Amino acid sequence: MAAAQWRKAMNSAAAASAARGRAATGSSMPVHRVPPAAPAPGEVPSAASDVWNELWRFVASRNLVVLLALVVFPLVASPFVTFQVGAQSLVLGMIALSLSFLAGYGGMISLAQMTVAGVAGYAVAVLGHSSSAEISLGWPWWVAVPVAVVIAVLASTLIGWLSVRTEGIYTIMITLAIGVAFYYLVLQNYSVFNGFQGLRELKPPTVLGIQWRDPVPFYALSLVCALAAYWLVCHVVRAPFGIALQGIRDNPRRMSALGYSVVAHRVAAYALSGLIAAVGGVLLAWYNALMSPGSVGTGWLINILVIAVLGGVRHPAGAFLGALVFVLLQTFAIDLIDRERFNLVIGGVFLAIVLFSPDGLLGLWARLAARLRSGRALTSNQRRQP
Amino acid sequence: MKVTTTKRIWVRSIVGAAAATALWGGAWAQQGQPVKIGLLATLEGPFAAGGADGMRGAELAVKQRGGVVAGRKIEVIKASSDAKPDVAVNSTRKLVEQDKVDIMVGPLSGGEGIAVKDYSKTQPQVTFINGGSGAQGTTLTNPSPNFFRFNTDGGQWMVGLGKAALAKGYKRTMVIAEDYAFPYSQVQGFMAEYCKAGGKVPVKAWVPLGGKDYSSVIATIPKDVDALLVVLGGADAVNFLTQYENAGGDKPMLGGSITVSQDVLNYKGKRRDSLVGTLSAGPLADAYDGADWKAFVADYQKTYPVSAGGFPSPSLFAYVYYVNMKAALDGLAAVNGDLSGNQAKYREALSKMTLKTPNGDVRLDGNRQAIGTTFVTEVVKDSQGNLFNKVHSKVDNVDQLLGMKAEEFKIGSRDVPACP
Repeated sequence: MAAAQWRKAMNSAAAASAARGRAATGSSMPVHRVPPAAPAPGEVPSAASDVWNELWRFVASRNLVVLLALVVFPLVASPFVTFQVGAQSLVLGMIALSLSFLAGYGGMISLAQMTVAGVAGYAVAVLGHSSSAEISLGWPWWVAVPVAVVIAVLASTLIGWLSVRTEGIYTIMITLAIGVAFYYLVLQNYSVFNGFQGLRELKPPTVLGIQWRDPVPFYALSLVCALAAYWLVCHVVRAPFGIALQGIRDNPRRMSALGYSVVAHRVAAYALSGLIAAVGGVLLAWYNALMSPGSVGTGWLINILVIAVLGGVRHPAGAFLGALVFVLLQTFAIDLIDRERFNLVIGGVFLAIVLFSPDGLLGLWARLAARLRSGRALTSNQRRQP
Repeated sequence: MKVTTTKRIWVRSIVGAAAATALWGGAWAQQGQPVKIGLLATLEGPFAAGGADGMRGAELAVKQRGGVVAGRKIEVIKASSDAKPDVAVNSTRKLVEQDKVDIMVGPLSGGEGIAVKDYSKTQPQVTFINGGSGAQGTTLTNPSPNFFRFNTDGGQWMVGLGKAALAKGYKRTMVIAEDYAFPYSQVQGFMAEYCKAGGKVPVKAWVPLGGKDYSSVIATIPKDVDALLVVLGGADAVNFLTQYENAGGDKPMLGGSITVSQDVLNYKGKRRDSLVGTLSAGPLADAYDGADWKAFVADYQKTYPVSAGGFPSPSLFAYVYYVNMKAALDGLAAVNGDLSGNQAKYREALSKMTLKTPNGDVRLDGNRQAIGTTFVTEVVKDSQGNLFNKVHSKVDNVDQLLGMKAEEFKIGSRDVPACP
């Protein structure tokens, strides 16, 4: 490609992001029209019927087609594709979703999302059943799983509380430090985490006579959890709490002057993202059937960021799209090149996507669609509008 | 307007996704006649060099049969991991469930071996044969009926080293080893013999796999030990040796089986001469003068000359992958390529056969674990400056329980055995 074309591509990307910046400023306008509800998260009781209306609209719109495809998918795909590609993408997508919620709507890039997922996974392993009988407490799953999720949410809240006073690159640094510290903790602690070997043979329970680790049931379980998480994020970002969070992302000082507690909102966002990551973490532990330090190592902390960026953090769907591409590459790149160099393909594709579309696959898709529809400037950002 | 636009986009994306799924699925459909063998080794991570040589060893076994066994073509499908158990299981699952291999050869490292053995229980239609992994637990605790290991394990590889060390006058030894299943086995194999014969191990330092900085470990080496038992592999061993030399260390060394393997001996650093005189033990010795071994080395050198990335002499991983792949093919030849009846005949042939390896015959025990030969070796330098393992002594028919009774044998761990 000629240098001029490169420059042009970069310039147009810059122009697009500038346009998005303007659009984002515009989008913060509705903040003032929203009734000034309490800044705390959660719904006001009278809004309950609104929630159901919204749920209906959520299902009835374009999502129905995708939903149908996702439900039909395990019926046409082989068990391997269902389990390793389908379910793994959904599970990793959930963890990446927790990051894209924080990054896209809260403006906070946390590298510790895999750590939160790992806390949940390890908690399930320690509280429930594993191959290390002297470590695992053997609680029934319906106690172990909720407690594990609560522990992970607390951990996420703590991480948030530590890191929200920082901005930008310092948030990345502090969350990376927490993630690496947790990695070394599980690597070197033998009494609870069993060190390098970790805890093996983590099986989902057999409930209602269904083996939940079989490909189709596990896919269904992941799908239900992923849809719930997706809907939760879609809902929250339109709720007063989410709007306030986006306000804080765009201008914390102004929101503070309006009487919103910046720190409380950010910590609450961490707690919510922690919930999503925790459920993803429990599923990931069941998917791998083991928790070892490798699952929470630096590589995975960064992989989650890669997935989120690959898909695009502007919309919750990006996390799942990114996870799908990531898993497909991880699984099949070795077939494309069939030598010791397959990691080059993976890296090359990531580089190409990020280079040509700074806002990920969603941005690429939006620009492609805009070009196909001759000139209509549809950016992914506009999809976020109700 | 908005809704229709986005709907159209979504519809398009789904059609595209469906087409892609169909392509992925169709391209790897099973063919029928050829025998598909999955081959898994670590092409990434701390054992990347060893993994690549393991692949060479396995390919050599296929090549020696001209790629055909009993009239059926052998099709090898490769996969990679990075020494992490979850990655190994994902790669294995892809080979088994997506590529539909008939026989699986791999993985390379201890933790991976245990995880793949667990997975093999869920795939009774495929026969799993170990690659290079040497953790004791793989075949000793909860063995899987379709997992076979034709290489001896990490404990068996160390038999004879304890006595050789005492003969050299090393009465107190400090252990520095990576912190996972395979080094536990190696340390146990050494200590079982060493402690029984009166040796002492006052300190054991367990370091993480893939560690870069060993200064804190080097600082804790007591003055009153006679030697160090170093059980580190690949890049870790090279890092430790360099840092220990730089820190002025001068204790003589005893090596684990992969510490002084060819991939470590060929590291092109200045300090590697300090390895000369190191005693170690393992399933192979470069300078062993058995005729079969010499033929194997010559074949390896001819197929993978140093100029094409091969080692001057096959590494431990090349050897054990060769042995396991050879077992897979010999078994296939014994049943005339018949894998019917859920591979029942094939598995029986594997269990009963006496495998001819370059280092003598190998049989399997009741847990489908090899009983074979161990060499105690000493590192020497040849006239061209290459380092080689000279044979110090040779122990035949080493079994997995190291000659102990089943009830007195405990699998090696951080604290077992102990003789401070």
